[in-house]
Amino acid sequence: MSTTHPAHVDSSKYYIPHGSPWPILGSVALFCIMAGAVSYLNDWAGAWAFIPGALLLFGMFFGWFSTVIDESQHGVYNQEVDRSFRMGMIWFIFSEVMFFAAFFGALFYARRLAVPWLGGEGTKVINGLLLWRNYAPGWPTNGPGHVGGLSNGTFSVIPPFGLPAINTLILLTSGLTVTIAHHALRTGKRNVLKIFLALTFLLGFTFVSLQVHEYGEAYRELGLRLSTGIYGSTFFMLTGFHGLHVTIGAIMLTVIWLRTLRGHFTPTHHFAFEAVAWYWHFVDVVWLGLFIFVYWM
Amino acid sequence: MKTRKMKIHSRLLTAAASGLAPALFAPAAHAAWTLNLTPGIDQVSRDIYGLHMLAFWWSVGIAAVVFGFMIYSMVRFRHSKGAVPDTGLTHSTRVEVIWTTIPVLILISMAIPAARVLVETADTAGAQMSIRVTGYQWRWTYEYVGTPVKFVSSLDRRSDAARQLDSGIDPFSVPNYLLSVDHPLVVPAGVKVRVLVTGGDVIHSWWVPALGIKKDAIPGYVNEAWFDVDTDKLGTYRGQCAELCGRDHGFMPIVVQVVSKADFEKWLAQQEADLKKAPATAATTVTTALAAAPALDAAPAAPATAN
Amino acid sequence: MANIEHAPAAMSGYDAHAGHDAHAGHDEHADHGKPHGFWGRWMTSTNHKDIGTMYLVFSCTMFFIGGSFAMLIRAELFKPGLQFLDPALFNVLTTNHALIMIFGAVMPSFVGLANWMVPMQVGAPDMALPRMNNFSFWLLPFAFTLLIGSIFVPGGGMAGGWTLYPPLSVQTGYALPMAIFAIHLMGASSIMGAINVIVTIMNMRAPGMSLIRMPLFVWTWLITAFLLIAVMPVLAGAVTMLLTDHFFGTSFFNAAGGGDPVMFQHIFWFFGHPEVYIMILPAFGIVSEIIPTFSRKPLFGYDAMVYATASIAFLSFIVWAHHMFTVGLPVASETFFMFSTMLIAIPTGVKVFNWSATLYKGSISYEPPMLWAIAFLIMFSIGGFSGLMLALAPADFQYQDTYFVVAHFHYVLVPGAIFGIIGGVYYWLPKWTGHMYNMTLAKWHFWLSTVFVNVLFFPQHFLGLAGMPRRIPDYSTQFADWNMVSSLGGFAFGASQILFPIIIWQCVHGGVRATDRVWEGARGLEWELPSPAPYHSWTEAPAYSILEHGAPMHETHG
Ligand code: HEA
Ligand code: HEA
Ligand code: CUA
Ligand SMILES: [Cu+2]
Repeated sequence: MSTTHPAHVDSSKYYIPHGSPWPILGSVALFCIMAGAVSYLNDWAGAWAFIPGALLLFGMFFGWFSTVIDESQHGVYNQEVDRSFRMGMIWFIFSEVMFFAAFFGALFYARRLAVPWLGGEGTKVINGLLLWRNYAPGWPTNGPGHVGGLSNGTFSVIPPFGLPAINTLILLTSGLTVTIAHHALRTGKRNVLKIFLALTFLLGFTFVSLQVHEYGEAYRELGLRLSTGIYGSTFFMLTGFHGLHVTIGAIMLTVIWLRTLRGHFTPTHHFAFEAVAWYWHFVDVVWLGLFIFVYWM
Repeated sequence: MKTRKMKIHSRLLTAAASGLAPALFAPAAHAAWTLNLTPGIDQVSRDIYGLHMLAFWWSVGIAAVVFGFMIYSMVRFRHSKGAVPDTGLTHSTRVEVIWTTIPVLILISMAIPAARVLVETADTAGAQMSIRVTGYQWRWTYEYVGTPVKFVSSLDRRSDAARQLDSGIDPFSVPNYLLSVDHPLVVPAGVKVRVLVTGGDVIHSWWVPALGIKKDAIPGYVNEAWFDVDTDKLGTYRGQCAELCGRDHGFMPIVVQVVSKADFEKWLAQQEADLKKAPATAATTVTTALAAAPALDAAPAAPATAN
Repeated sequence: MANIEHAPAAMSGYDAHAGHDAHAGHDEHADHGKPHGFWGRWMTSTNHKDIGTMYLVFSCTMFFIGGSFAMLIRAELFKPGLQFLDPALFNVLTTNHALIMIFGAVMPSFVGLANWMVPMQVGAPDMALPRMNNFSFWLLPFAFTLLIGSIFVPGGGMAGGWTLYPPLSVQTGYALPMAIFAIHLMGASSIMGAINVIVTIMNMRAPGMSLIRMPLFVWTWLITAFLLIAVMPVLAGAVTMLLTDHFFGTSFFNAAGGGDPVMFQHIFWFFGHPEVYIMILPAFGIVSEIIPTFSRKPLFGYDAMVYATASIAFLSFIVWAHHMFTVGLPVASETFFMFSTMLIAIPTGVKVFNWSATLYKGSISYEPPMLWAIAFLIMFSIGGFSGLMLALAPADFQYQDTYFVVAHFHYVLVPGAIFGIIGGVYYWLPKWTGHMYNMTLAKWHFWLSTVFVNVLFFPQHFLGLAGMPRRIPDYSTQFADWNMVSSLGGFAFGASQILFPIIIWQCVHGGVRATDRVWEGARGLEWELPSPAPYHSWTEAPAYSILEHGAPMHETHG
């Protein structure tokens, strides 16, 4: 593997790794995962292929990142390489933003256009008269067909100023703690760094568990489910994907924390830390959008 | 004119009696192939045609100039003929400005009429009757809003037999192969008719080139379009479903029979009478076909018969 | 593993050039650090040239597969009456023909060209993130295993058209999750590829190569990469919604639940329209490299070209609903999208005019790359004109979903994108292999393709205007004549493509030795490297003098 100790490389040159097995293993892993998912969704042979895939994927990440960390620790990466990593991370986060944009777009389209049109508002008077008589458009809604929800087709939503508000505070705080940690890293206060980094991912995991709890209530009591019309669809897809990202972010924070315990990162040279911090701020911002447009308004 | 009207009229009655339309519309043989868009049979379709030709001739003109210039340069400045490159010729703000502004003007000359026609096509106001068109996999249903008259219109038997894999039937032996139906839509000329298009299962698109109408049939939503056929354009006009809707997307044609207002009213009366007489025949097929679709009584716009 | 024992060699391969002028010392060291064995050289590769080669070979394969689907389509449409395909299977072929051509042939071949040329053109040793580069390639074979595999599962493949409109696409059976996951993988691959290109361009340019001195291929790819990162995730989101609507009871596209089938079309085309420019901008770049070279004259209006490309990219985000003129949008928005779409003719026109002006007062010779570039110029414009006609909303009511549209996009895609790619390959092939290829055969390839592509697609304009809808396996008799012509042209065009791999194969395995500059009028850093280009491109950033010397002519003369 590329763990051939490249310590002797002169870092005046842009480091070009040679052969790495991780990408192809990653592809195989993803393929197995998807094969498993397909076979599960199609009721073929269950999701068994998922397991080796997931394991392989985990191994791939572990191997790939330890290779990179190892190289980084041996000072193989010069400023230019570091800059490549930063740019790469920024553009990756941009792509994530666009992914969420698709779902926010769906939310706004449904609320502002589709639902009113179904109710015969605006240019679509005929809809109300011809297809969906006595449907009063509004939000939240599970549509003129009252799709999903409780047995009587109704459902209620999660009040914004309960758990969601608390979760907002949690995430905002975690954004603060990670910034403090970053500052501590730059000023060489290792202990502050360790403590606040730990706080950050602990807050992250707390957020996730509260979300899980909230989902439980939504499903059991409120009749708010993934299948509860357009509201349920947008609600769970948006918060769900966000929750997934928080989980990933929190795991990455944990990894970074373990690395700080190992004494990695210097006040000047800590791309991995910054990358994770950026990612964390990104999930933070997405949540604000969710809190305002999904829960609150 | 009078005799022609009579013929159509008598045909329609028989058509109504025996639901066997295609046999009657057979003398139409095969439309000869054409190269260009149809000007159509009402104002909107003619305006669209005008727009189409405007854009076409602009394109031809621009192509002539641009390609002409390219070909001139390619011939005139051949290396093999010892042409020496004028390597100093690298940019000129003046020409950039010129070939930015000229296209702008050309585009404006198209944008204005286009916007006009667009507004015209959207203006369903003042429609004298409404027809509800619903697309199903793979047939159309037509309902004359405000009357009990509604029927299913699907590919006629002869085309359907011929279109099967190795049916052994030569398509050329079938009149209007794939473009004829069992029950054509009958509409009056000289009346502003509004079509309310919707889909029963997946998205279809109701397209009659001669009317300049193509409206997608979206399940759960209704789209509006309108036409007002010139009174001298009586006849049969054909179209097809224009949105991929599955296996038999290619086999759900649209046939519109344009008749005079008087003939139309007779036809409509005849239809209602038939429905009363034999609710079993046409009606049942319709009700099954429309099982998915809500009833119509609340729909607006009085039928032509009312005025 | 293989690459371990080769690692030191690789190292010395780097150091070997220390202090050398980039001209010297390459040939004898060219193969240093070139790992061996399929695993070592290809599967684990981190070399931009090897990965580029894999991309190109892959996309060529996909072109042939997608093309053979097209041949089946044309054979079915040869004459009226169902010939030999079940209508459902026909729809499967149409759908997958498009998906394979777009995501398997055109996009990967552009990434392959970027892999080969961008580092060479900006004076970089390799792509910025070599491991990720390998990842983005190796996702593709798996993605297309899923996609093509989905065609063979019970119930058949995706048959809703490449636009995947619900509710129809949601009626798909077993193939649905396979195709959707395949699209997810393709998206991931494109995004990583695009990130790599952007970072390479932004971060690894040779000192002295300012943005405004970059070759146009680099410029167009920079902008394309931005488009990719912006829209591929949106496609991923859209197909994910299809998946959940089908399997988990969400109501995104179900009116009864408060959703809207048309919402999918908005999301899809927000991706889809930029996507079509993703498929043409790099071709613009290639043409902008070829035409000056064979006109022996700098590209006319370099700056205008850059701005035009940027404006096209910007506009591509605000025109998407021109694919939806018939879905019943409010007039106001239809008007907006009609106008914004028409605007695109202006920057595109600027490009066409600048290319023409580059020809003017040049000294033009007609080697194969130039032939393809000129054919591109004229036939892309024809496709553009029909595009402009489609942009007029009321007229589009008549054109939409007819063969007029099919003719439009094949003119911009086949003699557009594909000709651009083929031209690019013929332009750079000697630099890659160190050999010239068989010029006569290449010219045959060109003339056959150019003649028959028109026989294939021009009649489809007539068919569309005469009223033939697209996506139908059988048609009425008045469409018979032109369909037969089109099919014959299709078979001939397809058959002519067989020359392409033959010519490349020959060129790889021998031929007249190519000089470093290859083409008399060629300018740009890639021509400052020896032919064949060394395994590691610019291990030393090119000296400023080389940059000056190799800079695109607009600099040396302008
Ligand atoms: C490479 C891909 C590519 C490119 C470059 C384009 C370019 C353009 N396209 Fe095309 N298009 C597609 C690929 C592409 N398209 C595809 C795949 C579809 C079908 C998708 C599907 O449904 O499956 C499609 C469909 C499509 C539609 C929808 C048709 C329908 O379904 O009803 C429309 C409508 O506006 C459209 C318009 C345009 C326009 C205005 C341009 C413009 O960019 C063209 C601009 C160029 C010129 C105009 C020529 C050169 C200019 C001059 C010489 C200057 C002077 C000219 C004037 C002033 C007019 N395209
Ligand atoms: C870059 C994209 C791209 C490319 C390159 C092509 C290339 C071709 N396309 Fe395709 N096409 C699309 C993108 C593309 N197409 C899209 C987006 C659609 C819309 C799909 C939809 O409606 O959803 C479409 C739809 C489409 C249709 C309409 C189908 C329908 O509406 O039902 C047709 C019909 O003629 C067609 C034909 C062809 C042909 C003949 C070629 C030829 O250029 C192909 C030539 C190449 C080869 C033939 C392969 C090489 C040679 C061999 C494999 C050897 C064997 C050859 C012989 C035996 C002769 N295409
Ligand atoms: Cu109905 Cu196509
Ligand atoms: Cu478009």
